[in-house]
Amino acid sequence: MRCRKCNSSAVINMRHHKLALCGEHYGEWFVDSTQRAIEKYKMFDRDARILVAVSGGKDSLALWDVLTRLGYTSDGLYIGLGIQGDIAYSDQSLARIREFQEKVVPAATLHVVDIQETYGKTIPQIARENTRGHGKPCAACGLTKRYVMNRLAAERGYTVLATGHNLDDEAAVLMQNTLHWQTGYLARQAPVLEASDGLARKVKPFCRFYERETATYALVRGIDYVYDECPHAVGNLTNFYKTLLNQLENESPGAKLQFYIQFLKARAEGFFQAPADKTELHACEVCGQPTTAPGRCAFCRMWNITSAQSAVISADAIPVRGQDEFDDVEARVAESVDVSGL
Amino acid sequence: MIQITFRNKKFEVKDNITARDALKKIGIDPESVLITVNRKLVTDDVVLRQGDEVKLVAVVSGGSNQ
Ligand code: SF4
Ligand SMILES: [Zn+2]
Repeated sequence: MRCRKCNSSAVINMRHHKLALCGEHYGEWFVDSTQRAIEKYKMFDRDARILVAVSGGKDSLALWDVLTRLGYTSDGLYIGLGIQGDIAYSDQSLARIREFQEKVVPAATLHVVDIQETYGKTIPQIARENTRGHGKPCAACGLTKRYVMNRLAAERGYTVLATGHNLDDEAAVLMQNTLHWQTGYLARQAPVLEASDGLARKVKPFCRFYERETATYALVRGIDYVYDECPHAVGNLTNFYKTLLNQLENESPGAKLQFYIQFLKARAEGFFQAPADKTELHACEVCGQPTTAPGRCAFCRMWNITSAQSAVISADAIPVRGQDEFDDVEARVAESVDVSGL
Repeated sequence: MIQITFRNKKFEVKDNITARDALKKIGIDPESVLITVNRKLVTDDVVLRQGDEVKLVAVVSGGSNQ
């Protein structure tokens, strides 16, 4: 297959867009499409101070890369979960992110919050205590990550929190919520969640890209990402729904895109309203973050935090470097489609 | 024969078929992988030839930004 723009060999064929592109033109298309999504959903403007949640996977590193190329001011946040498995997952992730930061976005700051250093235990440890060893640590992990992201964004004055969720992530969650008619969740699933009561404004600039598109961008740009999934993600429900949706996509190209985009349209037209009697939020009596029940918030209860001081985050920030290094790297990763690193 | 590598597994298919047909033969969902031939990303209409080094890259990764 040939690139529509220049006729050289294509690296990707997007059947749902009837568009095949070579590495160079795909990179341009991907960056331009991100900017279009940012504008379409009014995510942020040029003055925004953006905090990108980076995991070391392809989506979040690609997002940091694209926002930087588009000229936005964005810093990274990595949360060290202490999840190793057989693959040293957390160590490997941090190492890749540090390399990426130094080479590709040296002018940006990387905040690293190590959960064990900050709160005394790793995610698997706290999860074992809370579930008495049953089940996966994902609930404890999700709660902790949300808390840390909101808190760090507020403490350091970021106006937007950006995550690398792609369309496959969003469509899988949508399918899960639709099958259970979780109307409350459906009302809140959106590319932008406005800031409220001490919670940061959240945006998903990649929400219109298929997962294979973000992966292709990462390879085309030579981004060295963590290829393995979190050991606890293997076999989870989200992946199960992704597989189902891909079967549908094979039979009917564009099915995933339509499922998600038509949902957003219906949502924008008011079909999924948040229930009128909005639960009132209180400030947690220890840390002050918003919570639905009076008393301590779920985070302070789980981590058994009793003083405001111990909830505070101590992020280790890498100092800012010069812009000239950055230009070199732009040239270095420009249009390589060689994937010998894999 | 062509050897296809995916994660730590190896598959064999006969040569001179398209990558898409090869994926079908070995039972891998074409939507879930990217195809590289001789270390270059390609589209799935590419015909696999004797001696090609074919590696698949899973598109799903990550999990900790959820
Ligand atoms: S899959 Fe891993 S990173 Fe994701 S929520 Fe579960 S434990 Fe945390
Ligand atoms: Zn081209």
